Amino acid sequence: MKMTGAEIVIRCLQEEKVEVMFGYPGGSVLHIYDELFKQDQIKHILVRHEQAAVHAADGYARSSDKVGVALVTSGPGATNAVTGIATAYMDSIPIVVLSGQVPTPAIGLDAFQEVDTVGITRPCVKHNFLVKDVRELADTMKKAFHIARTGRPGPVVVDIPKDITAHTCEFEYPQTVQMRSYNPVVKGHLGQIKKAVQLLSTAKRPIIYVGGGAVLSDASDKVRKLAHHLGFPVTNTLMGLGAFSGTDPQNLGMLGMHGTVEANMAMHYADVILAIGARFDDRVVGNPENFAEEPRKVIHIDIDPSSISKRVKVDVPIVGNVPDVLEEMLKLLEGSKPDAAQTAAWWKRIEEWRAKQCLNFKQGDDLIMPQYVVQKLYEITKGEAIVCSDVGQHQMWAAQYYPFAEPRRWLNSGGLGTMGVGLPYAMGAQFANPDATVAVVTGEGSIQMCIQELSTAKQFRLPLKIISLNNRYLGMVRQWQEMFYESRYSGSYMDSLPDFVKLAEAYGHVGIRVEKPEDVEPALRKAFIDHKDELVFIDFQTNREANVFPMVAAGKGLTDMILAEDL
Amino acid sequence: MRHIISILIENEAGALSRVSGLFSARGYNIETLTVAPTEDASLSRMTIVTTGSEEVLEQITKQLNKLVDVVKVVDLSEAAHIERELMLIKVRATGKDREEMKRMADIFRGRIIDVTDSTYVVELTGSSSKLDSFISAIDTGLILETVRTGVSGIGRGDRILKV
Repeated sequence: MKMTGAEIVIRCLQEEKVEVMFGYPGGSVLHIYDELFKQDQIKHILVRHEQAAVHAADGYARSSDKVGVALVTSGPGATNAVTGIATAYMDSIPIVVLSGQVPTPAIGLDAFQEVDTVGITRPCVKHNFLVKDVRELADTMKKAFHIARTGRPGPVVVDIPKDITAHTCEFEYPQTVQMRSYNPVVKGHLGQIKKAVQLLSTAKRPIIYVGGGAVLSDASDKVRKLAHHLGFPVTNTLMGLGAFSGTDPQNLGMLGMHGTVEANMAMHYADVILAIGARFDDRVVGNPENFAEEPRKVIHIDIDPSSISKRVKVDVPIVGNVPDVLEEMLKLLEGSKPDAAQTAAWWKRIEEWRAKQCLNFKQGDDLIMPQYVVQKLYEITKGEAIVCSDVGQHQMWAAQYYPFAEPRRWLNSGGLGTMGVGLPYAMGAQFANPDATVAVVTGEGSIQMCIQELSTAKQFRLPLKIISLNNRYLGMVRQWQEMFYESRYSGSYMDSLPDFVKLAEAYGHVGIRVEKPEDVEPALRKAFIDHKDELVFIDFQTNREANVFPMVAAGKGLTDMILAEDL
Repeated sequence: MRHIISILIENEAGALSRVSGLFSARGYNIETLTVAPTEDASLSRMTIVTTGSEEVLEQITKQLNKLVDVVKVVDLSEAAHIERELMLIKVRATGKDREEMKRMADIFRGRIIDVTDSTYVVELTGSSSKLDSFISAIDTGLILETVRTGVSGIGRGDRILKV
C-alpha cells in the first residue's frame, strides 16, 4: 500500500516504539502533524519553545535508556532547536530531531522560513540527513535511530522537506541497518584488557574514575562489582554521578573544578588510573601540563577512540562498550582477590584528605545556605528523586550535596553548560518515569531561560518540584568576579526579578517563598507531601554571598584547590 | 610534520563540508584538499595535505574515522607512497624569454599546451616541491597566473586503500 511521507514518518516512529515526542508545529511540518492527530500510539507534547522540545527529548533519553524524539518546523523552529541539539551532542545523548524543511524546489531560493538546517547543525550532531526522495525516508529514519543509540550515542537530525511529506511510495520498515562506513566497536581487545588487569593488580595507589559513559551504557552494576572486587577508591565525574553510588564508602565524591579534596588529591597522586567512560576534560583534570607531572599509568575504557589520548596520554587504551569490557575484566579477575595490604597506605592517605571534610558549611539562624536546602531536599526525597539541574552554583551544590545512589537520576548539562535545561529536562524525565519524584534544582537566572515551560507543565499536569536557589545574582559569575576580578560585579546582578510565587500561580501552579532557615524543611515537606500531585515552585531566598568550594581555578592543577576555610 | 591523508567517503551531498568543517572546527591545517569519485561512483576519495605533531595527526585520523560517512582513512606518508600534483601556469613569453621559458618547461618535463604571441600555458605534473621549484626557477615577474590541483596520492606496491 502506498503511503505519504508524513504517514511514513509516523509509522517509522511507531516501529521504533516511540511513545512520547516533544514538538512545536509550523508550516513545513503540517502534514506530519495531521498524521499525528490521526493516531494515538505516540503522545505529542506541545512545548512553548523549540529549545525546550529538544531539551525535553534529551531529558527523556537521559532518564531512561530510550531515544528521545523532537519535532520542529523549518527556519526558526530549527534554529531554536540548535542549543538543545548542541547540549545533547556534548553529553552524548541519543535523540532524533525531525525538522521540517521548505519544499524541495524552493530550497536555496531564500524561501519563507528556510534555513540550511543540515549546514547549521552539522558541527553539533553525530550525523544529519536531508531527505530528498520519499523512497529514502524509511531507510533514513531507521539509520537515524540506529546511529543515535549505538556507538558513542548522540543527536541525529533528519531534515524533511514539506513536499516529501506529501509524496507517496510503498512503505516497508527495514529490519536491519547495513552501513559500510559505520560499525562501532563493542568488544574490547582481549590483549589490552589482560594488560589492564595486570596493571591493576600491581597498583599501590589506584583510583577508578567513572564518567557519563558508564551511565549511558548502563554499566553501573558492573562498575560496582569491579570496584567492590578490587576494593579501590572511586570518583565520579559530574556526568558520572550515580554510576557508582554516592553513598558507598569507597566513593570519594565528585572530582574536578568543584570536586572534593579526597577525589582530586587521589586522582592527582594515583599510580594507576582506571578511566571508565570519562574523557579527562578541562573541568576534570584542570591544567593537563600540571596533571602530567606525576608519573602514573592510565587505563582508559571508552567506546570513542578519539576520546583516548586526547588531553591526557593513555598507556592502556581499550576501545569498546563499557559493560562488555568490564564483563571481560571481571571474568579475568575471578578467583584472584587483590591484596588489601597493598593499598592500605593509600587508603590511609585518602582518609587524611577526607578528614578535612571539605564540604562542611555553617548554617546560621539568619540566612539560608543553599547547601542546606540541597541537604534537606535529599532527606525529604530519601535520595530517590530524579534531580534535574540548571547551570551555575546551584548545579555544583546539587552535585556535591545530593549523593546519587543510582544512575539516570542526575540530569544536567555537563559539557555545553546550557542554562535553562532544568525545567524541560524534568518534563522529559517525568514522561519517561511517570511514578518518579522529579525535582528541578535551579537558580533565578537559569529558570528564566525556559520559564515558559511552566505552561507546558500545567497542560500535561506534571507534578514537578522546582527548588530555586535565589541569590539575586548570577551566582557563578559573581563568584568568579569576586575571586578573580576584585569583586567588580559586571552584569551579574539581576534587578527587577519577578515575584516567582505569583508567577507560578499565574501559570496555575503552587508557589512558596522561603526566607528563613527554619522554614526550609517545612516548605519542602509541603511541596513534596501536601502538594505531591501539583507543580510547586519554591523560591528560596538564599545567602547572596555563598560560594562553591572547593574550587580549582581555571588553568590550575588539581591539587591547587581553594577551600572554604582558606577565606 | 607534513602528512598526506587519504579518505574514502560515501559520495553524498555535503560529504566535503563534513570533512572541511571538521578541520576548521578543530583548528587543523589544510594545505591542499582534492576530491573526486572513485571507480565505484558511490565512493569519493579525498586527499588532504596537513601538518601537525604526532598527537594532532592521531586526533585527525580518529576524528575523521568518527564521521559517519567516512569509510576508511589512511596516512599515506606513514609508508612508501607516490604523490602528484598538476599545475597549469600561464607565463609571459616574448623576446628572449620565449626561448628561455620553453627550455625551462623542457627541463622540468612540462608541456606547453597553449601558445599565443605573448604567452604560454605550461602544464606541469609532479610532487608539490617540484612545482614549487619550477616557480622559483623562472622569473616571477613573468608569471601571469597559476592554478594547482592540490596533491593526489597513492600507496606503493601492495598498499591498497579500498573497501
